[in-house]
Amino acid sequence: MQAIAKSRQAATVSGGNTHLLRDGLGLLLIIAAGAAGYWLFPDNLALLTRVIAVALLVLSIDLIVGYCGVATLGQATLYGAGAYAAGMACLRGVTEPMTLIVIGAAAGAMAGLVMGTIMLRAHGLAQLVLSIAIVQLAHEAANKASAYTGGSDGLAGFSPSPLFGTFEFDLWGRTAYLFGLALLVLVFILLKFVVASPFGMLCRGIKEDPVRIRSMGAFVFPVLLKMFIISGAVAGMGGALAAISTQVVGLDSVSFELSANSLVMLVLGGLGSLYGALIGTVIFMGFEHFVSAINPFHWMTMVGALLIAVVLVAPGGLSGLIDRALPGMRDKGGQRP
Amino acid sequence: MQTVFSIAIDAFAYGMALFIICIGLSLTMGLMRVINLAHGAFAMIAGYIASYAQRELGTGYAIALLLSILGTIVISIPVERFLYRRIYGSPQLTQVLMTIGITFCVIGITNFFFGPTLKTIPLPASLAAPVDIGFRTVAGHRLFVMACGLVVAAGLWFLIEKTAFGIKLRATVDNAGMADALGIKTQVVYAISFAIALGLAAFGGVVGAEFLPIEPYYALRYMVTFLVVVSVGGAGSIPGALLACLVLGAIDTTARYLMPDFGNFFFYAAVIAIVCVFPRGFLGRAQ
Repeated sequence: MQAIAKSRQAATVSGGNTHLLRDGLGLLLIIAAGAAGYWLFPDNLALLTRVIAVALLVLSIDLIVGYCGVATLGQATLYGAGAYAAGMACLRGVTEPMTLIVIGAAAGAMAGLVMGTIMLRAHGLAQLVLSIAIVQLAHEAANKASAYTGGSDGLAGFSPSPLFGTFEFDLWGRTAYLFGLALLVLVFILLKFVVASPFGMLCRGIKEDPVRIRSMGAFVFPVLLKMFIISGAVAGMGGALAAISTQVVGLDSVSFELSANSLVMLVLGGLGSLYGALIGTVIFMGFEHFVSAINPFHWMTMVGALLIAVVLVAPGGLSGLIDRALPGMRDKGGQRP
Repeated sequence: MQTVFSIAIDAFAYGMALFIICIGLSLTMGLMRVINLAHGAFAMIAGYIASYAQRELGTGYAIALLLSILGTIVISIPVERFLYRRIYGSPQLTQVLMTIGITFCVIGITNFFFGPTLKTIPLPASLAAPVDIGFRTVAGHRLFVMACGLVVAAGLWFLIEKTAFGIKLRATVDNAGMADALGIKTQVVYAISFAIALGLAAFGGVVGAEFLPIEPYYALRYMVTFLVVVSVGGAGSIPGALLACLVLGAIDTTARYLMPDFGNFFFYAAVIAIVCVFPRGFLGRAQ
């Protein structure tokens, strides 16, 4: 493991150019896929926008699970915080979409701060249980505080003003989709910088061996907490995007099911790889759309079998398989994420 | 006074039902170090079998209970051999994912065969009737569950502390490699304890069906509850699990009686507080 980390580091330093080229190519692919979705499925843009919102959530889980090695089954807390914050702000007169996204990100970051402070006190199983308890608690709280959140009916009746004053959020969801795509690309670029920065390397070091990092003189807790805040901001943006595009925030946005499903998406795509998070989300939600329309129980069996297969056969997820199939790419590009 | 008494009876019976299901999970997690999120799935299988036996085959409650336990154990053997044996000692996340996968499969498959409806397990007349305990009457089923819980706790304690198998089990847990070298067949020990754990899950699932009704998403709905109970009690500790079940059962039942519209709010608030104060659970040992 150490050897791999070293070779990766060396590759980043020496092969900066190919690295840049590869990320540029990846970004182009994302944009191309997004545009293809726009042209190929003009009737399903609402679904595609939801995919983008969930992709942001999955990216945020990747930051914590894939880069820091902290297992969490409660990430939807942060997503829901962003969604409810954006919805409530919109109801109270702040209708500018960009501002709403920023509000969602801020709320998510705050929730991430609180959640990280609680979760990082524990280790292992207790940590996992804490994450579940937090999301369930948030769910019950959102259900109970119906004066603010609309309870089980959901928060509805708000409408964001047109983007830049001209592009309305129409019935077909074109504006929402393109807005979401732009947001996703922007966040993706920023996260690329974050995970390649010394801070990102430190996080990966903590994942590999926290004791060694501590004895090297770094403080583990603040680093992880910082990553929790960043992750919260990303998840909050996803929530705010979902709120803006659907103009309703339901209790399911703060649920254990959403947290577990998005973790499954991440694992399917590949832990510790930003591309993996996107691939996993698109494939999972695409299949879900088609199969669960036929019979939801077939869908569950399929996801279950897929999960078992991934754990047994391809622990690196789909992006790990791609890396294995194209070893040349990896050697030239050096670092995978 | 009346309310306090009925809360106490319900809380105690509910805690015992939880205990019967969760003690198996506590064993797998504490002794075998596997986070088995699919534990509830096996309780659900048992509930489906018991319901099917009683309603379609027309057997009595006792026979149905026995059938469901045997059926669950039979199903669990290949699952242990081919799936669980590969994740002993794996990282937590791997275990969580694998067992969530198994849970999804179980939900999908059972509902494909038995249909997505609520399954009832009718009680025999002797358990459904209220029992007079001197100063008031209590539902017979509640007393039955309490007795079952106490018997299970005592039986397990005896098995682990006093029998030859218990010695082998504890040796395997402490140092599997050394136990293997001394001639203990660790694979067999694991398989047997896994079967015992799932048999208890099956027993609890059927007996506790009055508290945790058998429904299509049973395995997913109570997955969190079971996991929480075990981690609060401290994985692998029988008294710890008993204490956790009684405390959490009491909190949950009291909150449901007095503040029903808060749902599970107090349950999870208590869990967060307890885990923050006792990161290893009430009686969990240092790892």
